[in-house]
This record gives sequence, C-alpha cells and structure tokens, in this order.
Amino acid sequence: MSAIAGVDAASTGPLDFGASVRVVRIGGLSLRFRVRALLVSIALVVAAVGTALAALCLGEFVLTVPEVLSAFAGTQSGIVETVVLEWRAPRVLGALLFGAALGVSGAIFQSLTRNPLASPDIIGLSSGSYAGALVVIILIGGGTFMIAGGAIVGGLVAAGLGYVLAYRDGIQGFRLVVVGIAISAMLGALSTYLILRARLEIAMTAAVWGAGSLSRVGWTELALSAVVIAVALAAVAVLAPAMRQLELGDDAARALGIRPEPVRLSLVVAGVALTAVVTAFAGPITFIALAAPQIARRLTRSPGTALVPAALLGALVLLLSDIVAQHLLPQPLPVGIVTIVVGGAYLTWLLVREARRRP
Amino acid sequence: MNDTSRLHAEDITIGYDRRVISRNLTVEIPDGAFTVIVGPNACGKSTLLRALSRLLTPAEGRVVLDGRAISSYRAKEVARVLGLLPQSSLAPDGITVVDLVSRGRHPHQSMIRQWSPADEDAVRTAMDATGVGELSGRMVDELSGGQRQRVWVAMALAQQTPLLLLDEPTTFLDIAHQIELMELFTDLHEQGRTIVAVLHDLNQAARYGTHLIAMKDGSVVAQGAPADIVTAELVEEVFGLPCVVVPDPVTGTPSVAPIGRVREGHRSARGVR
Repeated sequence: MSAIAGVDAASTGPLDFGASVRVVRIGGLSLRFRVRALLVSIALVVAAVGTALAALCLGEFVLTVPEVLSAFAGTQSGIVETVVLEWRAPRVLGALLFGAALGVSGAIFQSLTRNPLASPDIIGLSSGSYAGALVVIILIGGGTFMIAGGAIVGGLVAAGLGYVLAYRDGIQGFRLVVVGIAISAMLGALSTYLILRARLEIAMTAAVWGAGSLSRVGWTELALSAVVIAVALAAVAVLAPAMRQLELGDDAARALGIRPEPVRLSLVVAGVALTAVVTAFAGPITFIALAAPQIARRLTRSPGTALVPAALLGALVLLLSDIVAQHLLPQPLPVGIVTIVVGGAYLTWLLVREARRRP
Repeated sequence: MNDTSRLHAEDITIGYDRRVISRNLTVEIPDGAFTVIVGPNACGKSTLLRALSRLLTPAEGRVVLDGRAISSYRAKEVARVLGLLPQSSLAPDGITVVDLVSRGRHPHQSMIRQWSPADEDAVRTAMDATGVGELSGRMVDELSGGQRQRVWVAMALAQQTPLLLLDEPTTFLDIAHQIELMELFTDLHEQGRTIVAVLHDLNQAARYGTHLIAMKDGSVVAQGAPADIVTAELVEEVFGLPCVVVPDPVTGTPSVAPIGRVREGHRSARGVR
C-alpha cells in the first residue's frame, strides 16, 4: 500500500509548514509564530503609531510632530499641552483601544459561529446596547455614565437572551446567528418606538449617541474602559488556543481535551464585554468588528482566526476613520458614519466575491 | 468482568435529551485488541463510542478509564490517553495539512510550551504513517475525500494516545481508500495500540477486527473473536438479513454473502445454500 510506505522510511529535516514558521526555544519555554503574521503585525503597529502622531498633529490648531512629542515629554506648557494631552490624546488612544476591542470581539464571534459575516451586531449586541442607552436617555434622563451603564446592561441582556434562546444541548453558531438577527430586529423596533415617543431635543441627543462618536472620550472614560478591555483581552489570550481547537467542531475539540461549553461561554462573555464597553462610551460603532478580523486573516494568510492582527487592524481602521470623520470631510461627522461607509464598501466587496465564487 | 481492562463501561444508560438509546449496558474493551462495534443503523453503536470517549455523559453508570471514572479526569488528561476520530470534523478556512495535524498536539501543549521537539516528532511520525507527508504544505480544502480523511487520522495519531477510537472512519470513501485505511489501522494496532472502531461493513469488521461487539436496539447481542461469533444466525438476528457465511478467500475470516432474492442467471448462489 503506497500510502503507508512512509512508516519505515521516516523523513527528516524541519517540517514543511507551507509557510515560514519560526520556533523560539529558551529552556522549557517554546514559542511558535508565523513569520508573515509577525511582519504584518509589526507593519500594523508602525502604521498605527504613525497615524496616531498624525491624529495628534491635526485639528483646527495644527501642531508639528516635535511639538506633540515635547508635550508628552512635559517640556511644553500652555495651549500646546492642553490641546495634545487633554483634547487629542484621550480621543486618539480611545480610537486605538476601542478599535482593538472591536476587532478582537468580531474575531471571537466569527470564530465561534464559523461565519465571516458574523459580528457582535449579529447576535443583537449593538441593538441591545442602543436600546439600553435609549431607555436611560429617554425614560430616565441620566448622564454620560448612566447612559454607559444602560448600554452595557442592554448589551448583556440582549446577548444573554440570544444565548438562552439558542441553547439546546450546547450552543450552535448558526442558531446563535439566526436568533441574534431576530433579537436585533425586535430591539430595533423598541428603539424606534422609544425615539418616536421622545421630545424632539431628547430624540436629537439619542440620535447623536446612536451614530457612534469618539468625541465624548476623555481620560476618565478611557481609564474605565481600559480596565474592562484589559481584563477581557487577558481572558481571551488564555482562551485563544482552546478557541482555535473549537474551530474543528465540538467533537474534535472535545477529543483534544477541550470542554466546549465553558470555553464558549467564557469567550461569549469576553466578546460581549469588549463590544459593550466600547458601545457604552462611544455609542454603536459598526463594521470594525465585521471587517477587521477578515482583512487581518487575508493579510496574514493564517488559518482560522488571527487575534493579534485583528486587534491591530481594528485599532488602525478606527483611528483612520476618526481622522476622516474629523478632518477630511467638509463638516465633522460622528466616526460611526464613516465606519458604516467603509464597512458598507467592504461588505459589498465581500458579497460580490462570494457570489462570484459560487456561480 | 476483567478489572484490568483500561477502558470499560459499567452499567451505563445513555441517550440524547430524554430519548434513551441504551439501558444498563456493560461493555469491556480488551486491551491491545482491534475492537469493532457493528450493528444496524440506530442500534446505538456510535452512541456507545461517544460515551466511551466521554463525548456523551451517561445518565446512569460510569465509563472507567484506567480504574477511575472517566468523568473524574481533567479533559486534557483524558486526551493524552484516549484519542478519537469523530464522524465529522471541520477544517478551518485556509488551513494547511501540517497545521491541521499539529492541532492534534494540543493536549501536550501549554501557553509557554507551544511547540516542543516532541511535538515536531509526533507530527512528522503521524504524517509519515498516514502517507500525507508530501501533502504537508497543501490546503486541506483542496484535497480529495480520501486524502482528507487520512489527514484527520494523522491529527488523531499526532495526539499519541495508547487508545484510539474511530467513529465510522471509512464512510464516504471508495473501496480502495477504505481498505487502505483499514490496513493502516491494523498497522497501528500491531504497533501496540488499542483500537475501537464503529464500522458498517461486516466483512471488513470480520477481516480486520480481532474482537467484535454486535449490537441491536441498544444492547450487545454477541461479542468475541470474529471467527467465533460471525454466523448466519447472528447476522440474521442482528440485521434481519438472511445470508450465507463463507470463509474469506484471502484471509479465511468469516465473510457474509446476503441471499436476497436469487434471480435467474445467478443459480450458482442456490448451490451454496
């Protein structure tokens, strides 16, 4: 039998991974990484830092790079320091942090559902957060932090509802998507109803919140969300190997020593937390979670999900979108509108490509 | 009951939701044997295999691995002793053969030990044994059905477990690929692994298995060496299929020829009867 001939004549030399893979071993520590994924990640970090510097310079009060750097070094005072440290830095860092959170959140849900079109919006998260915020804005009349709380609770309730309704002997990705679409539709109806009942000024506030903007991000908001995002990302880092095994199907994952349900529930909680905290402070910013993981996967050509590149790409895309929204349009717009346009173009491209592939 | 068997089910009741498939089932998997579980569709053979591989938790009774209830182990501990080739698995998009086979090393890896020399050896040995070494850098979605199934077997082999469970490993393959895989499993068995497979083909079961378990309606009807238990009476009882059992012309193991309705021009079959 030709296929079994290799038993005796075992080949030697390094394994052919079909792509460049490096292994670093120091003592009991051994790390494996793809050269291409590493290079793409480094390029994304460089691009993000460059874009962040540009974002700090741009504005009505245009600054030079040395001025920006000296503001961080503490050698500048007065208006430059205020503009850089108080006005622009939180917003720029917020864009990077929120973009990364959305990228990872999208990667989690796409991995769990094995569906490139699945994003946190799909399982009703964004609509839940929006509805939660509207309840606070319209019915209670709370301030920024109460709105944030409402958005988080709304997102959690929507996600929990989806999880419970889709649960039957464990969670299946496809069922989660279908149930999520239904929940989204119902919550969308609730939101419309709330806005229609509200007074005009309040409805305007609600609409602005609903567009998704980074203009409300200050140091306090940034610090609070950074804590939540850091905890969630740490959990995802621990769960990442198990998540990749789950992509093989539940039976295979179980056979390889994974307990699918606890892993999946933890990942859903982390993914929900990441999206909910961003929505809480910036409003619903769509399409980053949908597009970033897929573009990252195509750039790195890695099998399954690439978490770190997805995070970096999410950060870069959101920051770029915010620059476009603030400076490159005749009139400043909320960043959510720009991401919808960027994402819409991406979605069209994705659908056309899928349609061509299947004649 | 022989208490030295590494894997056995003690008085288990198993099923899905509230539908019971098997009640009070006691089954022992002999160490070092190539056990094949056979039976008609929906007789509970796959369900039994799922219980043995802790994919399914028994409602009552317990599955014992190395003297302890399998449910009392950590998931990764079980995965280092007991491997499973499930009926269907999914290959992530854009994954290469070697990447997929490498996933089988997960039970042996940790955050700080992502890729040891032992991992590399195990993956290479598994790919060589299944003959997918040359496909190493190819995309799994580009392979033929037979090649892909061998890659999945390689992944289970990379796990390097002394016990290997196979759930209908040859379904959907053509006859040449079926035999190729069965020969491979026999090689693995001869290298000292304990193998348990659920199979549809009685002739292959009798030819390659060293221990058969015949099931019907959730119960074990007969078990033992193929030469001892595969008789026309048993096949008729288990499958409801009138047949003649003759020695396999190549191996001498029992071979089942269904009688069916004998038509004109096939008179020689009557002669056998």
